[in-house]
Amino acid sequence: MADLLTIKNLRIEATAYPPGEAPRHLVLVDGVSVSVQKGRVLGLIGESGAGKSTIGLAALSYGRGGVRLTGGQVLLNGRDIRAEGAAGLRALRGREVTYVAQSAAAAFNPAKRLMAQVIETSLLHKLMTKEQAEVRAIELFAKLGLPNPETFGRRYPHQVSGGQLQRAMTAMALCPKPDLVIFDEPTTALDVTTQIDVLAAIKEAIRDTGVAAIYITHDLAVVAQVADDILVLRHGKAVEYGATDQIISTPVQDYTQALVSVRRIDHAEKSDAAPILRVQGITARYRGTDFDVLQSITVDVAAGQTLAIVGESGSGKSTLARVITGLLPARSGQITFDGRTLSPDLANRSKDDLRQVQMIYQMADTAMNPRQTVGTIIGRPLEFYFGLKGEAKRARVQELLDQIEMGAGFENRYPAELSGGQKQRVCIARALAAKPKLILCDEVTSALDPLVADGILKLLLNLQAQEGVAYVFITHDLATVKAIADKIAVMYRGKVVRYGQKSDVLAPPFDDYTDLLLSSVPEMKTGWLESVLKTRKMESAGN
Amino acid sequence: MRIPLSALIGLVMTGLFVLSAVFAPWIAPYPIDAAVGKVWEGPSSQYWLGTDTIGRDILSRLIYGGSVTIFVALSSSLLSFGMGAFFGFLAATRGGWIDTGLSRIVDLMMAVPSLIVALVVLSVLPLNLTVLILVMGVLDSTRVFRLSRAVAADIAVMDYVEAAKLRGEKQGWIIFREILPNAMSPLVAEFGMRFIFAVLFISTLSFLGLGIQPPLSDWGGMVRENKDGLVYGKAAALMPALAIAVLAISVNLVADWILQRTSSLKGGRGG
Amino acid sequence: MHPLIKLVAQRIALGLILLLAVSVVIFLGIEMLPGDTAQAILGQSATATSLANLRESLGLNQSPATRYFTWLGHALQGDLGKALTNQQDIAQAIGQRLGNTLFLAVCAGAIAVPLSIGLGLVAARFNGRWPDKLISGVTLAMISLPEFVAAYFMILLLTLVIPILQPVSMIFPGMGFFEKLHAVALPVIVLVMVVLAHMMRMTRAAILNVMQSAYIETAELKGLSPMQVIWRHALPNAVAPIISVVVINLAYLVVGVVVVEVVFSYNALGQYLVDHVAKRDLPVVQAVGIIFAAVYIGLNILADLIGIIANPRLRHPK
Repeated sequence: MADLLTIKNLRIEATAYPPGEAPRHLVLVDGVSVSVQKGRVLGLIGESGAGKSTIGLAALSYGRGGVRLTGGQVLLNGRDIRAEGAAGLRALRGREVTYVAQSAAAAFNPAKRLMAQVIETSLLHKLMTKEQAEVRAIELFAKLGLPNPETFGRRYPHQVSGGQLQRAMTAMALCPKPDLVIFDEPTTALDVTTQIDVLAAIKEAIRDTGVAAIYITHDLAVVAQVADDILVLRHGKAVEYGATDQIISTPVQDYTQALVSVRRIDHAEKSDAAPILRVQGITARYRGTDFDVLQSITVDVAAGQTLAIVGESGSGKSTLARVITGLLPARSGQITFDGRTLSPDLANRSKDDLRQVQMIYQMADTAMNPRQTVGTIIGRPLEFYFGLKGEAKRARVQELLDQIEMGAGFENRYPAELSGGQKQRVCIARALAAKPKLILCDEVTSALDPLVADGILKLLLNLQAQEGVAYVFITHDLATVKAIADKIAVMYRGKVVRYGQKSDVLAPPFDDYTDLLLSSVPEMKTGWLESVLKTRKMESAGN
Repeated sequence: MRIPLSALIGLVMTGLFVLSAVFAPWIAPYPIDAAVGKVWEGPSSQYWLGTDTIGRDILSRLIYGGSVTIFVALSSSLLSFGMGAFFGFLAATRGGWIDTGLSRIVDLMMAVPSLIVALVVLSVLPLNLTVLILVMGVLDSTRVFRLSRAVAADIAVMDYVEAAKLRGEKQGWIIFREILPNAMSPLVAEFGMRFIFAVLFISTLSFLGLGIQPPLSDWGGMVRENKDGLVYGKAAALMPALAIAVLAISVNLVADWILQRTSSLKGGRGG
Repeated sequence: MHPLIKLVAQRIALGLILLLAVSVVIFLGIEMLPGDTAQAILGQSATATSLANLRESLGLNQSPATRYFTWLGHALQGDLGKALTNQQDIAQAIGQRLGNTLFLAVCAGAIAVPLSIGLGLVAARFNGRWPDKLISGVTLAMISLPEFVAAYFMILLLTLVIPILQPVSMIFPGMGFFEKLHAVALPVIVLVMVVLAHMMRMTRAAILNVMQSAYIETAELKGLSPMQVIWRHALPNAVAPIISVVVINLAYLVVGVVVVEVVFSYNALGQYLVDHVAKRDLPVVQAVGIIFAAVYIGLNILADLIGIIANPRLRHPK
C-alpha cells in the first residue's frame, strides 16, 4: 500500500534565547524516519523532550516558536511539503492534515461558539457548504458520545467540561475529512476515569471514518490501545520502530524494555502495626465557602508503613494533607500523632511536632527557593531543628545527598541546574534532614517521566526500610499505589469510600467507584480497552 | 556577564549625570546666578551652550539645575519606593483586613491622575523642597505598592514558602530569606521607572511654576524661564528639555536591561 | 436577573461611590492640611478682625461635615460657588472652558486611539522584525519625554524649521469648525505623540499576549492566513485588554491636556486650574479637580463595562 505520509531522515533544530545569555542552538530531532499508511494509526512515544510533538507538527510542516525543519523529507501524498510555500502550506493544513491538541480547553477560542470553530476549516477550504458542514459536525458529535449533539455546537467552550471539549476537538479535526489526524497527548490533561472514555471515543471515530492518525503520548499503555505501529523516541532520536504487538511483548532495545516494564515495582505489603498518625472524624472546608470538602475522614497510618490516599482531582485528597499539616485547621475531628493530640492550627504546634511531620510536593520546581543552593535547602532544617553549624552541617548534608544517591558536587548548585528527578530527590533529602516519623508525599511522582518516577519510588521504599519513616502517599495513579502502599484509602467527593490493607482494598468485590478507578488504569496489552469498557459498572463523572 | 550596548550607554550616561550633579560647584564654569553675558547669546567657546533670558551661562545652570532635579527625584523615588515596598509586602504577607484596607486606600489615590491630585494639594501647602518631595513620593508610592504586593503575593503562594511555614520559620525569615531575594530584580527595575517618573513629574511641576521656586532652579524651571525665546528662534529652552530627555532615556535603557534579565533569574527555568 | 446586568449595575454603583469618596477627600482632606484659607487670601498682614470676618463669610466656622454637604448639595444643582480671587461664578467660568478642553481631548483621542491600535497590530504582526523594532524604539524615546518637552520640540519643528503652524492656540466662540481644527492642530499633535507612545506599547503587549494562546496555533493549523488569524481569532479576545490599555492611557491624556494648554496658552480647563493653584484659589481648584476626577472615573467605568460585555464567559454563563 502506498504511504500517506513518509518522513525520511528528518532533522529539526531550534535556537533558544535565554534572557541575559547568549543564544543556544538545539537539535530537537535527528535522523528520524517513519511512515503512515492510509487508515493506519502510528503511535509516537517518549519522555518529555523526546521530540514527539515536534515530529507530529512536522507532518503539517509547522514549527512552534523558533523551531525549524532543517533536513530530510516530509512526503505527504507523494510530495515533499518542506518545499511548499506559505500558500501551499495553508492549503494542506486543515484539508489534508488536522491537529488535536493536548489541552482542548486552551485550544478552543473562548470568544466563539463551538459549532463555528468546528466547521471553520471545512468552510475555509470550501470543502462543503455551511449546511453540509453542520450536518457532518452533528453526526460527529453523536459518534463521539457528546450529549445533545443537535444543540451542543451552540455552546461556548467554557460551558462544557474538559472531556467534552477534547471530544469536540476531535470532531473539529475530523470534520473536513482529512487524510491524516495528529493527536498530541489528547487525554493526558484529563482525569484518569475520563481518559478511558475519551480514548475509546477517539478510537471508534478513527475506525469508523477510516482516517489515518499519528497518536502522540508518553504513556505506552495508552498508545498500545489505539496504535497499529509504534515509534519509540528518546532525545530526538528513534530508539525502536515496529508493530504494536512486537513493541509491547518482545521489545528489542533496553530503553523500550525499561518502558514496558515500568510500574512493575513489587512491594510486599507489611502487616498492620501500631498507628503513628490517627485521623479521626475530620471535617473541613475552605474559608469563605459553605461546602465541606472533607466529610468525617477517619484513617490510621501505621509507624514505618505507607498509607496511600487515592482519588481524582476534587476528591479532597490534597486537602487532607493540608489538614494534617495544620495549614487548614479542621472544623471538627481530631488528629493524634505518636499518642498525643496535635493542635489543628499550624501556629500552635511545637517545633518538635513540626519536625516530626514533613512534606514533599508534586512540583519540585516550586518547592525549592530558586535563590538558595542545594546545601542551603537541605542544611536549613539541620540548622533550624538541631542547631548544626559549619563542618557538622556540611558533613550531614553530604550524608543526606549520599542517601538520595546523588553523591558529591551538588552542594553549591542551584535548583535550576538540576534535572527533574534530581530536584525531587533534593526535596526528599530536605524532608529526611528533619528526621521525621511521617512524610506526606503529595503526587510526588506525577510530574515526572515514568522511568524517573520509578527511580523515586524505589528510593522512597529504600529510605523507609532504612529509616523506618511512615508515608502518607497522595496520588491519582493506581499503579503507583500498587507499588508502594501497605494500606489504601480511596477518596471520592470528600469521603473515604474504601479503606483497608492493600490486599483487601484491591480484591473484589468492589464498590462501583473503586471498580471505575481500578478499571481506568491502562494495562500494557492490546485489546484491554475493549474488554474493560464491557465490564465496568459506572460512568465517569467528568465526561 | 555580557552587558548589551544600549544598557552600557545608559549606564555611562546616567553615571555622567550623577557625577556632574554631585560635583556641580567644581565643574560649572560660572556661578549659578550671575548674568555674565548678553541675553540669549548663541553657543560660543566662552559659553558652550549659550546664555539665557537674562544672560546667565546655560551650561552652568544646567549643571546646577541637574543637581536639584536629581536630588528631588532621587529623594522622592526613594520615599515612594520605601513606602510602597513596605506596605506592599505587608499587605501580601499579612493579607486579611490589612491587605483590604491598604488596597482600598491605594485604589482611591489612583482613581485620579497624580498630577491633578498634586495640583489640588499644592494649592494649599507651601511650595518648598520638603513638601514637593513628600507629595510626589506619597502619590507615586501607590504604583510601587501595587507592584510589590503583586510580586510578593505571587511568591508567597509558592510551595517553598509553604515549606518554610511548615518548618516553623518566623515571619522575618520568610520575608527576608524566602520572598525578598526572589522579588529583588523586578523591584530594582521598578526603582529605575519610579526615578524617571519623578524626574518627569518634578520637571512638569516646575514648568507649570508650581515646583522648585526661585532662586533655586531645576531643568523644568529653566524651560519655563526660556520658553518665550523659542518664538524668536532662540533655542535656550531646548537645552534643559534635552537634558531631561537624555537622563530619562538613559535610566530607561538601564531599567529595561534589568527587567529583561529578571525572567531568567525568577527561577524554575534554565536547567 | 441576568448576571451581566447585575455586574454592570455593581460596577456603576462602585464608580459612583468612588467619585463620592474622591469628592470627600478633595473637599475635606485639603482642609485638614496645614494652612489657613483665610490667611492665604488676605496675606500675612491681615488683622484678626478681618480674618474672623472672612471666615464667617466663607462659612469656615461651621463643622466640616456641614460644609461638605452644603457644598455637595449646591454642586449637584450646578452651583460651584464663587472664585475667591475675582468673585466670578465658577460654574460659568468652567462651562466655557470645559468645551474647549473636551474639543482638544476628543480630537487627540480620536486620532491617537485608532492609530495606536493600528500600529500596535503592525508591531505585533512583525514581532521582532524591523517594523516592530523601529516602532518600539521611537516610542521608548517618546515615553521618556515629559509632555512639555515634546511640545517644545514640536513647536521648534513645526513653527520654525517648517513654519506651517502657530505656536499659540486661540479659539473664540464663533470660529468655524475647520478654523478651530487648524488652531488646535499643534497641541493635538503633541497630545497624540504623548498618548500614542504609551498606548501603542501596551496594545502591542496585549496583542502579543493573546497571540501566544493555544487557540491561535489551532487557527494557524487550520490553514488560516496571518491576517485571518488576527482578525477572526486574536482580535475578538483582545478587545477587553485593548480597551483597558486605552483607558489606562487616558490618564496621560488628562495630564497631557493640562500641560499642553499651558504651553500653547490655550484658554481651557487645565490652564484655568494651573492659574488658580498658583493663586491658591481653593474653591476653583476643588471644583476643577473634581470635574477632572469625574471624567476620568467615568471613562474607567465605561471601559470596564465594555470589558465585561466583551467577555463571553460573562455574557453566556454556564
